[in-house]
Parts: sequence; structure tokens; C-alpha cells
Amino acid sequence: MDGFTPYSSAAGGALIGAAAALLWYGAGRIMGVSGIVGGLATARGSDIGWRLCFLAGLLAAPLLLWAVAGIDRPPSLQTSPMLLITAGLLVGYGTRLGSGCTSGHGVCGLARLSPRSLIATVLFMASGAAVVFVARHLLGA
Amino acid sequence: MPMMIVALLSGLLFGSGLVVSGMIDPTKVLAFLDVAGNWDPSLAFVMAAAIPVAMIGFRASRRCRQPVCGGSFSAPTKTAPDGSLALGAVLFGAGWGLVGYCPGPALAALSYGDPATWLFVAAMAAGMAARGLPMPGRATRSRA
Repeated sequence: MDGFTPYSSAAGGALIGAAAALLWYGAGRIMGVSGIVGGLATARGSDIGWRLCFLAGLLAAPLLLWAVAGIDRPPSLQTSPMLLITAGLLVGYGTRLGSGCTSGHGVCGLARLSPRSLIATVLFMASGAAVVFVARHLLGA
Repeated sequence: MPMMIVALLSGLLFGSGLVVSGMIDPTKVLAFLDVAGNWDPSLAFVMAAAIPVAMIGFRASRRCRQPVCGGSFSAPTKTAPDGSLALGAVLFGAGWGLVGYCPGPALAALSYGDPATWLFVAAMAAGMAARGLPMPGRATRSRA
């Protein structure tokens, strides 16, 4: 087991939880990234502004941490373009069809004790693990 | 305007959490999903910490008639699972397992300027748009 980081992962998780609590308590919105982005397509008026502001913060954070704390980027992805496109399409379509992703279902939904989110979270975790199992241990990719 | 400031701060906190926790590193995500291999359970600590902290916010809001910045609380009202939820979650999980990006980290990582990330996010946007195309018999869906 390489690179086990329980403390930094838990600290980062606490920040993610605080972000969800803030957006709900302050603005009454669920911090679901696929919903925030996907909703841009149909949002009107003031509903657009907060979505763009959230995304601006999300994009600025890695650069701020690099500038302030010197936290560098992870290694570049070594993945074929075909695989990136396939995965991106699945993630985009799947999160909209399933009404959420790791943040909306996995963090906010579970924190709200939503049965739908529990089922979604179990299914996407199992599906992700199954794909990694097939790719790494059956196909040896 | 205050709502936009709250959203900006939430985005900053969320993005920082993704960086600090390691969620923004696809190799770490794949190591977490590789339960039969050289398993790295670190990312279980992300959820284990995020959920109780988020729960405090959701619980505290029960005493409030409206959010601090005004307006109204807007949460999905559905509770029963259905076929779309299950199929969507399985498809999303498959894409997540192929590359190691879910939507939040992929968007945050755009800042690093890796063309591979941009390609993934472009495909993700196309996938979202494909779902948004009108289909017979589909009602408007709440966000989760």
C-alpha cells in the first residue's frame, strides 16, 4: 500500500463537508457539482450567478493553494484520448441521468440521509471498483 | 449578491478540499477503487470526514425558515430510487473507474492546464448535454 494519507484526506474531507454546509446554510443550495454545472444549461437570471461563482471558486482553489502553500499539481494523466473521451461521456451522461455525483449524492445526499443517494453512492462505487478490477486484473492495463 | 459570495467561498473551500484530500489526483482515486490490488483506502477518510461536517450544516438549517442570504432552501424531494438513478450511477461509476475523474475534481484540475483534463471535461459536458436533449416521456428532474 503506497501513499496512504489518512490525515490530509480527512482534513480535505472536512473542507469539502464545510463547503457543502456553507452552500446549504448560506444559500439553500445542494453542493452537487454535476447538478450545478448541468443546471447552467437551463438556469435563468439570478440562478446563473451563484453557479458561476461556485465554479470560479472551484477553479481558483488549486492555483491559490499552489501560490500560497506551494501545493503542486498531481502528475499529468497518462491516458489515451479515446479513453478520456469515453470516460468523460459516461461521467457526464451518467451523473445527469442519476441526478448526482460524488459530491451531490456521496456527500450531501448521505449527510441528508437520503435513501436515493445511498443507493446511488453504493452503485457508483461498486461500478467504479468493478471497472478498475477488470482493467487492472483481468485485462492487465 | 450575498448568495454569490457564499457560492464563491463554498467553491473555494470545496476545491481546496479536493486538492488537500488527494481527490484531485486520478491515480489516487484509482488506487482507492482498486480494492483487489494495492489498495489505498485514503479516500474513505474523505467521505468519513465530509459527511459528518456537512450533516452539521443540514441539521442546523432545520431551525431556519430560510438560508442566511435569503431565498429558500432547495433540495431534491424524491426519496424513492428508480431505474434512471441506478443506471445513471452505474454509468457514472464506470467512467469514474476508467480515468479516475468525477465532475468536481475534473473541473478543479482544469486550472492545472493539462490537455488531458480539458479533453475529459469537454467530453463530460457533451455527455451532460446529451442527457439534456428532449426525450419522450421525461419530466423535469430535481438536482441531487
